[in-house]
Amino acid sequence: METNKNFVIGVYSDPDQVVKAAEKIIGSGIKIHEVYSPFPIHGIDEVLGYKRSKLPIIAFLFGAMGTILALLMQFWMLGVDWPMIIGGKNFASLPPFIPVTFELTVLLSALGMVGTFMIISDLKPYKKPRLFDIRITDDKHVIAIDEAKNEMDFNKIKSVLEDTGAEEINKKNFE
Amino acid sequence: MEVISSVRPPLVTGGKTIADVTEDICKQVEAKPSKSWMMGMAISLAVLTVGLYATVMLLWEGIGMWGLNKTVGWAWDITNFVWWVGIGHAGTLISAILLLFRQKWRMSINRAAEAMTIFAVICAAMFPGFHMGRLWLGFYWALPLPNTFGSLWINFNSPLLWDVFAISTYFTVSLVFWYIGLIPDFATIRDRAENKISQIIYGALSFGWDGAARTWQRYESVSLILAGLATPLVLSVHTIVSFDFATSVIPGWHTTIFPPYFVAGAIFSGFAMVMTLMLVARHVMGLKDYITVYHIEMMNIIIILTGSIVGIAYLTEYFIAWYSGVPAEQYAFYNRATGPYWWAYWIMMTCNVISPQLFWVKKIRTSIVASFILSIVVNIGMWFERFVIIVTSLHRDYLPSSWAMFYPTFYDVGEYLFSLGFFFTAFLLFAKFFPIVNIAEIKSILKSTVSDIKTLE
Repeated sequence: METNKNFVIGVYSDPDQVVKAAEKIIGSGIKIHEVYSPFPIHGIDEVLGYKRSKLPIIAFLFGAMGTILALLMQFWMLGVDWPMIIGGKNFASLPPFIPVTFELTVLLSALGMVGTFMIISDLKPYKKPRLFDIRITDDKHVIAIDEAKNEMDFNKIKSVLEDTGAEEINKKNFE
Repeated sequence: MEVISSVRPPLVTGGKTIADVTEDICKQVEAKPSKSWMMGMAISLAVLTVGLYATVMLLWEGIGMWGLNKTVGWAWDITNFVWWVGIGHAGTLISAILLLFRQKWRMSINRAAEAMTIFAVICAAMFPGFHMGRLWLGFYWALPLPNTFGSLWINFNSPLLWDVFAISTYFTVSLVFWYIGLIPDFATIRDRAENKISQIIYGALSFGWDGAARTWQRYESVSLILAGLATPLVLSVHTIVSFDFATSVIPGWHTTIFPPYFVAGAIFSGFAMVMTLMLVARHVMGLKDYITVYHIEMMNIIIILTGSIVGIAYLTEYFIAWYSGVPAEQYAFYNRATGPYWWAYWIMMTCNVISPQLFWVKKIRTSIVASFILSIVVNIGMWFERFVIIVTSLHRDYLPSSWAMFYPTFYDVGEYLFSLGFFFTAFLLFAKFFPIVNIAEIKSILKSTVSDIKTLE
């Protein structure tokens, strides 16, 4: 069977119940495709085994790049390329360059991190999302299980989901 | 002894369920514009039109149309600039600093406050643009472009240039922060949309958001880091604006207290503007369960705190002027309180230092009418603060023969009206077409407030 096409979904209302249900489902040997919810559920990432995001590191690297570029730009422009006498002061000195350096550090760090987030999460204006249930953005949480990646048949998965207190259990097929 | 801490009051009242939150906020977007919205829009557009006439005339004729003279070379334009930048501080403060301090009451107001920030920063940026006379050249004169574009490299030693970087970075980061928060809510509207046009528009705006746990995990990480970046950024922006004055050698401007004093004043005026807008929105859009008296009280407490810091700064300036022993410095401050602009000084003192102290009385700080009136009083006071700092420090020059007064012309007032008209038009459009409260964040705090209270009862 093809993967990423045929899913079994369990629908829940309570975020704490979702965490418990996910633990139980994984405990019974079923692989969860993903959990979808209208707001972040705390603790679900650990249950699903997601590692901490590396975005803070990305933000730091972009920030460091901003600092270096800003300093190079200012020292090169006013110190090397075209030195100007302004009020009889040094052509280039560090203290007056700090504000612009700080601002460019923050700017590159923020834009770099958000850009990375958009790319790795595949967020773009022309993307049509795959919605497992239209109520995900309203008040329901969904645990999606890819049938092709599990050896159990639908009825078995269904009975496990029923045990966890799912309100509804549906099949969802994407063409 | 056993100590039982009292249960915190719920942040969202009225026993709302998660579906209620979606319904309450989205129906504002989906319904036809209300009568009060149409009226507000008509007034804003009228003000904008008058302002537009003044602006077009100014750009055509040049800034000689303003009431500036050779002694007072900076007046309303920079007063308005600093005033708007100050107002633009509350949004990022609420969403960034209060996020780091885990103040959950910010969640009902952060979306609108951030929108306000973005519009206020655009209003602020107009004034240096107009002052450059040729708006269309001003944008690239300020950028680090090679000499072949007509001038030498820009001067990185100048506080006015630091301003360019500070304001544009602040604008960009605030915009990104705001937009990231909007994506899940746009998805909510997209999934409820019934007609084709809103499906397409909100579909594009929501960037294909599907609510996956992995995306939420990254989203939270991004929000936290952006808050961490925006916190020093918001403090840096008004610090750098104050450098425009503090690095000069004009008595009355040349003081080291300016950066913290300006930042406190900015937060003060920003919260006052958030209060004004939110009290109207709460009333008109029926958000009484989301913006409760508790929220209003918390904002008022921040207003007393920052208002008192500003008051202490005013007194410190006087002490330092006296203690410095510099006659020019002493005269500048003596002239502020007793000279020809004494009335502006005392309006500032009354509105900023004395009237916010009324909020010490619990009855006043939990009263909606009093909060609304005082929030407007504070913003009048903060406008006069900038006017006093700028005009009274300039109008009595070093030579008594060049002493002068500043009288605004229609064009000074017109630019100000233009910015006000733009601000309210933009805010009304936001309030109609965007979710005014952060739906996803409010949903995440419902469980820890409403249901706990219910079980205790």
